[in-house]
Amino acid sequence: MTAPATHESLQHESLPQRSRLSLPAFVDGSLLTLIAGAVILWFAPVGMGRYGTYVLSLWLVMSVAVMGLNLTLGYAGLKSLAQAAFMGLGAYTTAILTTKYGVSWYAAFALSGLLTFAVGLVLGFPALRVKAHYLAFVTLAFSTLIWLIMRNEQWLTGGVFGISNINRPEFLGIKLFGALEFHRFVVVVTFILAVVLWWMIRSPWGRAFTALRENPIRAASLGVDTRMYTLLAFAIGSAYAGFAGVLYAPLVEFIDPSPFSLSQSFFLLLMVVAGGSGYLLGPFIGALLGVVLPEWLRFAGSLYLIIFATIVMLLLIACPQGVSGLLERGWAKLSGKAGAR
Amino acid sequence: MAEFIAYLIAGIATGAIYALAAIGFTLVWQTSQTINFAQGEFVMLPAVLVLLAIKLFGAPIWLGALIGIAAFLLVFGVGFKLTVVDPMIKHGVLPLAIATMALSIIMKEGAKDGFSAEAQNFPSFVPSQTISVFGASISLQHLAIIAVAFAVIWALQWFVGGTRLGRQMQATAQNPTVARILGIPVERMVLLTFVINAALAVVASVLISPIYLAKFSNGEVIGLFAFIAAIVGGFNQVRGALVGGLIVGIVDSMAAAYISTQYRLAVPLVLLVVVILLKPEGLMGRKEERRV
Repeated sequence: MTAPATHESLQHESLPQRSRLSLPAFVDGSLLTLIAGAVILWFAPVGMGRYGTYVLSLWLVMSVAVMGLNLTLGYAGLKSLAQAAFMGLGAYTTAILTTKYGVSWYAAFALSGLLTFAVGLVLGFPALRVKAHYLAFVTLAFSTLIWLIMRNEQWLTGGVFGISNINRPEFLGIKLFGALEFHRFVVVVTFILAVVLWWMIRSPWGRAFTALRENPIRAASLGVDTRMYTLLAFAIGSAYAGFAGVLYAPLVEFIDPSPFSLSQSFFLLLMVVAGGSGYLLGPFIGALLGVVLPEWLRFAGSLYLIIFATIVMLLLIACPQGVSGLLERGWAKLSGKAGAR
Repeated sequence: MAEFIAYLIAGIATGAIYALAAIGFTLVWQTSQTINFAQGEFVMLPAVLVLLAIKLFGAPIWLGALIGIAAFLLVFGVGFKLTVVDPMIKHGVLPLAIATMALSIIMKEGAKDGFSAEAQNFPSFVPSQTISVFGASISLQHLAIIAVAFAVIWALQWFVGGTRLGRQMQATAQNPTVARILGIPVERMVLLTFVINAALAVVASVLISPIYLAKFSNGEVIGLFAFIAAIVGGFNQVRGALVGGLIVGIVDSMAAAYISTQYRLAVPLVLLVVVILLKPEGLMGRKEERRV
């Protein structure tokens, strides 16, 4: 499994076998896993039926939102309880722009990303004023306010009836109406967003984020501009939630306020931590736990949520670093490597 | 004016309930740095357990109440501390907070599947009458809630400040290391705070359920408001949680009456943000030191 970003640079030196595979130096296990995953997911839905394909796409869309939260929480250590609200902001912006104003999906994608980034910046300011965990409470308030607006401002959001008939985008003139075609589109977009994040985390930016998480005061004393990086991490993470919303709206073709409530933000937080916060591939595992596992548990009827929550709780008791941490420990044991986390 | 008094009393009554939940939250936070995201469900569940005990054993109300409450204290006071908090606390706050979120799902869905998805009547120990004060009709239930909640909070304050055991608990909350050096059984004190937290939740549950009815989803609102109350008041203080609870209760009641029912929830949240910006440590809180 992937190593946490903190150790990324260390790993480079400690793995000499990389030079034997004549790959460019920047290629690492995470990137290879992302590429392999994208190829597998491109073909995976064959023979799975419409619903199975939909669940796969939904998994990827949620992964994008969880990726953003993983950047804010896992790398920069900022606790946000508004990720689902940002996702809603993106989804509603896209739905309103494409259904009411005939804007193309790609323009809506850019605008929603910009909007969520900007709102993230503004919301980040109180976080600078006060100590770190108060960001959680500010975002909690924001999350509830957004939800109230989505539910009450009927003229804009359709209220509890939501917005329906959201069109799926075209790609090079091909209409992506079918479940399979749209799934492949989601695979491509998710892959691009994941690679951007992978690149960002390896860049000096990413190291600054991590320094911020480990110890904000020490980071400041080392010359990291904590104000700017706190805001950036939060705004970029929020923009990823916005992107997830932009994909979500055409995927389900109908949105209402319920998937963007405060409890959904909690749920996304759960996915980050259970998947392994601070691991690049953690979000995919976390979203797998949060989206696909409940589907597998459907046989249990109404008990599935209880079983799901029990699994998560036992998992966290057994391994507080989440599944990624568990896999890393297992891998370290297998390969006889000492000193993994 | 009469109307205003009625809203004020109703606000103080619900505020007292939030205060009970918020005080338990702050106690647990102080002694073990545990954020319990299932706090709302802690208030929801005892009423459901009492009704379940009455239904299962065909017991009279007092016996059902005893069984339900004893079961709750054992499982969610002692059991919660030993099986969830103890193994996880050494790994930091975040995984534990997530585990309590999972716990809240289990409690909520458990109440729904194990008992009922419908709201159930819960027996009240006072008649549902109103009395007239300055022309305002005030429900006896509200007055009873205020009386009992304040008596419980006063008793807790007396216990913490006036007894040996309580002072040991306070010492543990302030500095576990020093407390241990002084020979205080820190582990037992932490366990005690979890039991007290569960007991406060039981009181809140029994008080509020005759009005809110016993329903699996009650925890969401109560939990949210208890958190806001704890933060507004300053969550390293029992007194702060009380003040925060009352403020949030009154603000919520007034907002519903005079501002907008649709955006009722938004008003306490705006209050929360304002308090965080102006006085981040809470109205009654003291500043915590930062460590490098």
